[in-house]
Amino acid sequence: MARVEIKNLEKVYGNSFKAVHGISLDVDDGEFMVLVGPSGCAKSTTLRMIAGLEAISSGEIRIGDRVVNRLPPGKRGIAMVFQNYALYPHMKVRSNLNFGLRLQRRSKAEIEAATNEVARILEIEPLLDRLPKELSGGQAQRVALGRALIKKPDVFLFDEPLSNLDAKLRASMRVRITDLHKRLKAEGNSSTVVYVTHDQVEAMTMGDRICVMKEGRIMQVADPKTLYERPANLFVAGFIGMPEMNFLEGELIAGPSPKFMVGDQCVELGEAVGARLRPDAPAAATLGVRPQHVRPDTVAPNGFDGVLSTVEFLGHEVVLHVDVGPTRLVSVLPSADYDRLDRGSGRLRLVPDLDALHIFNRETGENVSLPDRH
Amino acid sequence: MSAMPSAPPVLDDDDADMRAYVASEKRRERLSAMLRYTALFAVGLIMLYPLIWLVGASFKTNSEIFTSPGFLPAEPTLDGYVKGWQTSTPYNFGRFFWNTFLIVAPKVIGTVISCTLVAYGFARFDFPGKKLLFSLLIGTLLLPNVVTRIPQYILFRDFGWLDTYLPLWVPSAFAGDAFFVFMVVQFLRALPRDMEEAARVDGANSFQTLIFIVVPMLVPALISVALFQFMWTMNDFLGPLIYISSVEKFPVSLALKLSIDTTEAFEWNRILAMSVATLTPALVVFFLAQKYFIEGISVGGVKG
Repeated sequence: MARVEIKNLEKVYGNSFKAVHGISLDVDDGEFMVLVGPSGCAKSTTLRMIAGLEAISSGEIRIGDRVVNRLPPGKRGIAMVFQNYALYPHMKVRSNLNFGLRLQRRSKAEIEAATNEVARILEIEPLLDRLPKELSGGQAQRVALGRALIKKPDVFLFDEPLSNLDAKLRASMRVRITDLHKRLKAEGNSSTVVYVTHDQVEAMTMGDRICVMKEGRIMQVADPKTLYERPANLFVAGFIGMPEMNFLEGELIAGPSPKFMVGDQCVELGEAVGARLRPDAPAAATLGVRPQHVRPDTVAPNGFDGVLSTVEFLGHEVVLHVDVGPTRLVSVLPSADYDRLDRGSGRLRLVPDLDALHIFNRETGENVSLPDRH
Repeated sequence: MSAMPSAPPVLDDDDADMRAYVASEKRRERLSAMLRYTALFAVGLIMLYPLIWLVGASFKTNSEIFTSPGFLPAEPTLDGYVKGWQTSTPYNFGRFFWNTFLIVAPKVIGTVISCTLVAYGFARFDFPGKKLLFSLLIGTLLLPNVVTRIPQYILFRDFGWLDTYLPLWVPSAFAGDAFFVFMVVQFLRALPRDMEEAARVDGANSFQTLIFIVVPMLVPALISVALFQFMWTMNDFLGPLIYISSVEKFPVSLALKLSIDTTEAFEWNRILAMSVATLTPALVVFFLAQKYFIEGISVGGVKG
């Protein structure tokens, strides 16, 4: 049973480059926490500090009820899965799995039993007597997973474990890891996970909660649904979701029924948006709306007029690229709707779903249209 | 050129042309390969000839060595080996080989162990003064050997180590050979650290990480170190000449010189025979280790 508590964690490198800017994060017992962000956002550094592979410049890390700042990695009750597997090249799979247990001088029978059990769970029994160089990528990653599992750690740390696998294998390993986590939890084993990835699909599908990071700072910590529906700022809004959220820079005209001006076009946002808009919402604003929440129409009264530029056909849905002034908007709609669409003129009106659009402070990037309900 | 696509079937003339072209290309390639191999063989032979002559001459009689220029002995004889082995001293060559072994074995083992420890420290740990110490180490690489001979001699004399093997191997057992340390450090720097980090997460301390993870990955480098140290020590003449004075303690390098010094009419066939005998261990060791030398480096645990 272990919580991970991070308080004001900082990492400053020798050349006074500050990689991590005093972040604080709590991971509950049994929670699957994903750290996600573009490369260079210090998510791996943060994980390595939790693991004890990287020194902490200031702040505090607690695992369970212990402050682990000065403990060596082996004494923190953690296990880690590395991006490039990091299997010991000269040891057979069996020895790779139980290296940690052998260091602890456990009894032979115990080691043997634990090895076989892990091999059974991960279906790597036929591989036990192979060397790492005789394994495929997926097999090697399963062995790496087994090496973590066998130790029954308080906390599992994953450092982009799937990024070396091909897309298909990645999808199946994703499910395997999620299943494994559920199973550990159901059996009452400690199963706290901190998982680092740059892949938002992995983050969204695997995480109980997701911590979005950028340049050594935490942008938002929330469950996947909240992150998608109520992004706290421009960065999170743009980072989560495929295709990326549309952003239109313009002028917000506040009032009980606010309007949004882009160039010479004006869109009525309606009273519902007015009600959730914060009173300090500035005029210089950015409107954000997901491609899934923009409907092309030719007759609707309230929308952005633009010229249809590119159409991407994906089978079940169609992605439209529409130029509204200098900005390109993207709309995703079901194929059937696209067939019914009258696009003879090449001009389209894009109608945003008013319930799903966001207004951001252009200067701070903050979302100023989040309703207070929680 | 066998993969050359054949021309469309309608154009029969082109097809024939193409076949002729392919054939002439093949002929040209075979000719150029022949020329290349002939040239390589000739140069190789020139470089190896002294060695081949040495082996051939060691089976000749003393008079034949200077009378016939070829390397094949007219009347092969083991006389050189038999008499050479006896030497003109009370000891036979076996004794000198044993003496060499008494120097080589501790020196090679000591070098491998001490270089691994020192290189691991330099490559993997941060400690105050690391840069300065490493520069000093590299500095000793650039230092000519001879300048330390006299101070070293005086030092070892004061230790009472003269006419023992200690001055010959003890410095190496304390990582005195900067070149080897440098070599292992470079090798370690190229090794990914992930495995070591995994071992630390698995609960290994620095020393366990070194023994269980680093050393097995270092094997190819350590074999090279052992091999070089072995050959250089076998061939070392100056060191034993300075520190060893009693004949019973002579290693083979000195013993060979001995047979030239003591007899007035040189028995060249004996000297050559013993030279061949002296070369043999080095050659055997090299060819045995060559396999590891080459294959070891490709040990892959990290996906490339």
